[in-house]
Amino acid sequence: MFDIKDLYQEIIVDHNRNPRNFRVIADADKTMEGFNPLCGDRLKLYLKIDGGNISDIAFDGTGCAISVASASLMTDAMKGKSIDEAETLFNNFHCLITTENEIDTDHLGKLAVLAGVKNFPARVKCASLCWHTLHSALIGDKNPVTTE
Amino acid sequence: MNKKSNIVQQKNQPLGFDLKKIRNDFPILHQIINGKPLVYLDNAATSQKPKNVLDAIEKYYREYNSNIHRGVHTLSENATEAYELARLKVKNFINAQSNKEVIFVRGATEAINLVAQSFGRNSLNENDEIIITELEHHANIVPWQLLSEQTGATLKFIPINDNGELIIEEYKKLLSKNTKIVAVGHISNALGTINPIKTIINMAHEYEAKVLIDGAQATSHISVDVQKLDCDFYAFSGHKIFGPTGVGILYGKEVLLEKMPPYQGGGDMIKMVTMMETQYNDLPYKFEAGTPNISGAIGLGAAIDYVNEIGLENISQYENELLNYANQLASEITGLKFIGTAKQKTSILSFTLKGIHPHDIGTILNNEGIAIRTGHHCAMPVMEHFKIPATSRASFAFYNTHEEIDVLIKAIDKCKKVFN
Repeated sequence: MFDIKDLYQEIIVDHNRNPRNFRVIADADKTMEGFNPLCGDRLKLYLKIDGGNISDIAFDGTGCAISVASASLMTDAMKGKSIDEAETLFNNFHCLITTENEIDTDHLGKLAVLAGVKNFPARVKCASLCWHTLHSALIGDKNPVTTE
Repeated sequence: MNKKSNIVQQKNQPLGFDLKKIRNDFPILHQIINGKPLVYLDNAATSQKPKNVLDAIEKYYREYNSNIHRGVHTLSENATEAYELARLKVKNFINAQSNKEVIFVRGATEAINLVAQSFGRNSLNENDEIIITELEHHANIVPWQLLSEQTGATLKFIPINDNGELIIEEYKKLLSKNTKIVAVGHISNALGTINPIKTIINMAHEYEAKVLIDGAQATSHISVDVQKLDCDFYAFSGHKIFGPTGVGILYGKEVLLEKMPPYQGGGDMIKMVTMMETQYNDLPYKFEAGTPNISGAIGLGAAIDYVNEIGLENISQYENELLNYANQLASEITGLKFIGTAKQKTSILSFTLKGIHPHDIGTILNNEGIAIRTGHHCAMPVMEHFKIPATSRASFAFYNTHEEIDVLIKAIDKCKKVFN
């Protein structure tokens, strides 16, 4: 049994209520859509890439608190990162929300608050949707991302 | 216990309705989920199974499991008898004219697909029209979209108003001599609206259109008389009426079923096969190719026995009281919006909470031991109408209690605290 506050930590509630980087980048270098057909969560990511670095990143769309907070925290964490660094963070975040083992969360910063998701298996997809969307945008996928 | 307290205890229950006994008939209800007693309020998705259903299925597999309609041995005779007895129970339950009109299928979805393909594909062309509604479950939309692609027939929708009721004046405008099929849900799974199907059927028949009723949400709540309704087809699923999954019923008028070609080919649906041709079996076997879900049919028969014992009138009355109680308490929650406020409704409470996504509500409620459904409920056009991506839906059955509704309301309040 898990306390519901493990999942809905204060930072998550805050980022859901006031999502950061929640806007459209009209002249984005890359855009990518993510969709969770089971629950209807839908988001669009906008990226500006400058010399191999993510110079600006934003998102819009609708979703549950977990998916909105995850996208808000992710976009905050990604600003200024190189594409390689972004991919490493993607892999580390994936471990954070799916593996049973304790992992080193120092380098994840605020993203570590999403660790509680792994105790709520039905919600892992909510937290990971924006990350898969980012991953697809970075590797140059053409098709929108779906969690199914 | 003195007489007075006895009356108090019974005030919310119809006469002869023993809630304590009923709850004891459902073993699954007595368990702890996330440290709390289970409160199962997802009955519109699937209902729980009483002991007599579980026992009937187990007895079949333990004592007389065998194939039907072909063996000369005793086990096969017993299995055939039980399977056909289940058909008779269904026939009586919906008041069909004969056993020939009761076809065992996998569920309401397969029943609708059967009608679309066997009846629709052979009788529709590009000048014809199919009418469905904005309120339908995807299972009563997609088969007609497929049929429309295959035949060129046009698909039209009866719109709903903001209470979630069909607008009958609009339906009137859609009907014409080109209307060949009208397919309507008896009760909306997303909102609980009870549609005026008798009126809908009569209006369609004035244009000689055939009417299919998707009764998946209805048979566990209100009594159905297919002869009184005069519907041409009626579909429902076993698992929503306290029976097992993987079995359902297509009722069809004999005169229509006779003319329809088989839906699937295989064993049991034939009289004689040569390498060149096949003579099809009589109704209802013409539509039951292959070994059917024998245990499922027997389980469904037992479920119907159970419902009959309690009585659909008692069930409707008690569930209405539960719904009224839930509505009254929910209406006092600030920020809660009811989705679906039809005058005629079954026990479904679909709602949104301001600023809180339904999936977060579902997770928080689950942590309190409460099972509800969150999402679009396989009725995306309904969500579209209300301009929302999803709702939270609590759906009540006759084994639910007023105390469980108190737990629900308290948990909804907790959602607000978490996001405060």
